Amino acid sequence: MKFSIVVFPGSNCDHDAYHVAKHVLGQQAEFVWHKETSLKSADVVVLPGGFSHGDYLRTGAIARFSPVMTAVGDFARSGGPVLGICNGFQILCEAGLLPGAMLRNRGLKFHCEHVNIRVEQTDTPFTALAAKGQVLRIPIAHGEGNYYAEPQVVSELEASGRVIFRYSDSRGEITDAANPNGALHSIAGICNPQRNVVGLMPHPERACEPVLGSADGLIMFESVLHVLSSQGAALSVGQDG
Amino acid sequence: MKARVFVTLKPSVFDPQGQTIADALHSMGYAGVGDVRQGKYFELELAAASADQAQALASEVADKLLANPVIESYRVEIV
Repeated sequence: MKFSIVVFPGSNCDHDAYHVAKHVLGQQAEFVWHKETSLKSADVVVLPGGFSHGDYLRTGAIARFSPVMTAVGDFARSGGPVLGICNGFQILCEAGLLPGAMLRNRGLKFHCEHVNIRVEQTDTPFTALAAKGQVLRIPIAHGEGNYYAEPQVVSELEASGRVIFRYSDSRGEITDAANPNGALHSIAGICNPQRNVVGLMPHPERACEPVLGSADGLIMFESVLHVLSSQGAALSVGQDG
Repeated sequence: MKARVFVTLKPSVFDPQGQTIADALHSMGYAGVGDVRQGKYFELELAAASADQAQALASEVADKLLANPVIESYRVEIV
């Protein structure tokens, strides 16, 4: 499988995502500069974390107009799996591929720490191998991760099971103390109505090897490989028949 | 022609920066200051034949880029 990792000016987790795809999972990986108009026959697209365009104006506000985002939109609409991590999540929101926006963290602090997130849904390409209610220990590193959307949008997300990750304590309890940034409903990650575009503020790519303190993030990358392999197997069976 | 664009968080959106500034002012003894909302201010140089055209152009770029309609609203002044 081929992971295309989009690189914006100011992306700084692009190499982490590349390392996980290429060296931890042994898959193909390629960087795609934001000025390009093709995703180079990607099977999976990752919008990595960082500070695209210096976070000027608003996080992700300039990056969403990069030429590559037209291809990302087409890929997403055709059902391709897209993972937006941290700044990548912010870019997906600005681009309208995911609803809502990120406000400054309550308390105004930039949070750089390991947190616990609870897997809420397993019917996305990035959570297929996880168990509902499973708690993952994953780092966060953001100043603007306070998820906000209009009340009716949040209700719709909840009703359609599109809240994919929530900040929790280590036992999976959702508490205000476990919410690092003030996000509504402790939302750490969501998906689009088709469920193939997932955005989250925590950094799974920084938690894929035990030497980094946690390998809990690996399940998101393994999940998408599993889902794509199953689809490929089903497809070839169909073609044989 | 010039436009001034003022972007602010919608009233329904919590503004932690404005709140922190208000708290600081209160601790400095400014009891007369109530709520504070922080926003952004832009000055645009516009090639427009009329004030209406300038207003339309400024509004268009505010809609597309300067403000995020999910959390912000804006006001345009032509000068």
